[in-house]
Amino acid sequence: MNAKEIDQTILLQNETDPLTHTPVHLLSLNKVGKNYGNILALSDVTMAVDNGRVTCVLGDNGAGKSTLIKIIAGLHQHDAGVLNIMGEERKFTSPRDALDAGIATVYQDLAVVPLMPIWRNFFLGSELTSGFGPFKSLDVQKMKDITKTELAEMGIDLRDVEQPIGQLSGGERQCVAIARAVYFGAKVLILDEPTAALGVKQSGVVLRYILQARDRGLGVIFITHNPHHAFPVGDRFLLLKRGKSIGYYDKKDISLDELTAQMAGGAELAELAHELEQLGGHSDIVKEVQAEVAEVTSESEGLSSIR
Amino acid sequence: MANAVLTIAVDERVSARSTLQKLLVRPEIGALVGALVLFVFFAAIAPVFLQPSSLATVLYGSSTIGIMAVGVALLMIGGEFDLSTGVAVITSALSASMFSWYFSTNIWVGVAFALVVSLGIGFINGWILVKTNLPSFIVTLATFLMLAGLNLGLTRMIGGAVATPSVSDLDGFDAARVLFASTIKIGGIDVNVTVFIWVALVVVASWVLLRTKVGNWIFAAGGDANAARAVGVPVNKTKIGLFMAVGFCGWILGMHNLFAFNTVQSGEGVGNEFLYIIAAVIGGCLLTGGYGSAIGGAIGAFIFGMANKGIVYAQWNPDWFKFFLGLMLLLATIVNLIVKRRAELK
Repeated sequence: MNAKEIDQTILLQNETDPLTHTPVHLLSLNKVGKNYGNILALSDVTMAVDNGRVTCVLGDNGAGKSTLIKIIAGLHQHDAGVLNIMGEERKFTSPRDALDAGIATVYQDLAVVPLMPIWRNFFLGSELTSGFGPFKSLDVQKMKDITKTELAEMGIDLRDVEQPIGQLSGGERQCVAIARAVYFGAKVLILDEPTAALGVKQSGVVLRYILQARDRGLGVIFITHNPHHAFPVGDRFLLLKRGKSIGYYDKKDISLDELTAQMAGGAELAELAHELEQLGGHSDIVKEVQAEVAEVTSESEGLSSIR
Repeated sequence: MANAVLTIAVDERVSARSTLQKLLVRPEIGALVGALVLFVFFAAIAPVFLQPSSLATVLYGSSTIGIMAVGVALLMIGGEFDLSTGVAVITSALSASMFSWYFSTNIWVGVAFALVVSLGIGFINGWILVKTNLPSFIVTLATFLMLAGLNLGLTRMIGGAVATPSVSDLDGFDAARVLFASTIKIGGIDVNVTVFIWVALVVVASWVLLRTKVGNWIFAAGGDANAARAVGVPVNKTKIGLFMAVGFCGWILGMHNLFAFNTVQSGEGVGNEFLYIIAAVIGGCLLTGGYGSAIGGAIGAFIFGMANKGIVYAQWNPDWFKFFLGLMLLLATIVNLIVKRRAELK
């Protein structure tokens, strides 16, 4: 499959002004739910993705983030609610199905094969061939060239596209995966915890590529549990908890602090602290320590006020 | 602009340094060095080893392992292995000979029937594997035992003996023999046709592996099946296809056995599956998949052939052969492990 094969005019025909909040979203979920047997993995999730916008999905472990992307990426099917692509109701039966609709997913485990060269990974599953019939062979030079230029356009300068992709750093691998999705004409890019395993600097690099993908007109779904990563790049925020949506905000309606508090579940945290305190109250030693701590803090406060 | 010039300069420096490195990380390089050392060694201690007729014998011995090693190497790169290959070769030969003998047909009908049987065994192995997600060790071990039993049981039931009756007087035997078990004179030396079949298979397999979509899928299926699936690679079809390719190689070797000896011993073949796997592993294929080459498997088979015949030419006791083989396997696997770690962690 080549980028040219996705005919953008057909995909865009029902859409009215993609950059505003219009009747038709690039992708939208309406009260989507999913059960695994008798376990409710996801229920009542509503969100939207538009061109040139980043929708962040935030939640702790087990919040249902993975289930949500698996539904959008075609690995699982939702059994409640509606999934719309360009206003048309869809249910994907396979990852290929979702890919053909322009939805590309960059997974947490990166979906690259570590021992294979970068260019083979870049074109894996969508190889370019020349020749005909049984003598179709890979167009190696063309694929290497495209890989190099596409990565250069994303700002990744690679020495050698022949080296195994396992030799790249985690951030670079993420970027190759993003560049691949962009090249193959993705309209929606799902990023599953792209910064989870990365250091501060590497995370910054990946966040920059998210913005680059956005500026190229893609609708990005950015899944993370880190509000500090989500807030600077996100336009919309969906908060999940135990398979349910606990909030869906535009950036103008929420601040980073509010987002963090929502994520941590502020009220619940206070309750937890109270509970721990009660448990600690049974021990005299803990009481003593607490008293000491209180003394020390009041003393130091006193000192600093004198100075 | 200055930036661009700088980038090119850096690129050149890196590629100049990595030409040797590139060669050293080729999967078959360890095996190639081993093969050269072994060749020089036997040439030095047994001068008869260098005679053209001896080399033809060594090549023939290598080809009977190498034909299977091509399929087994591809399968191993695809992340699976097959314990049923040894007896599946005999099953193929038995199918051809018993079918044409029992129904008194032209031998070519039996040959075609054997091809269907061999591809069928491969398909069943692959199909059970992808449906159950059991390790290939279990699935093909089961096939191995079942085929070993079927070979003995059916041969005795149909023919009344443990060996098949000779098929040399059936129609089409001579033509089939030319294709599968003749010798071709090259520069006065008789070279068995299996050597040419072997070389052709290696060339085709290398081309498929390195220059086609399917080859890319084979590496991906073995390297990381989940990642491959996520980007749309038909992993299950690839694996089933690989088992069928092994079946195809088994068919060729089975036909060679049949037409070289006219009859087939139904209890043969047990243990040969390890020789094919050893050839592939010595040739640099990783047991865990995703890495290796068809040429490596061929070099592995050649090492095997040299060691096997070289010990005879050196007039040593052949008892030592197995020890030697074990040592080669251990060394080769250690080299592969180091290569993989370097490729992954560097």
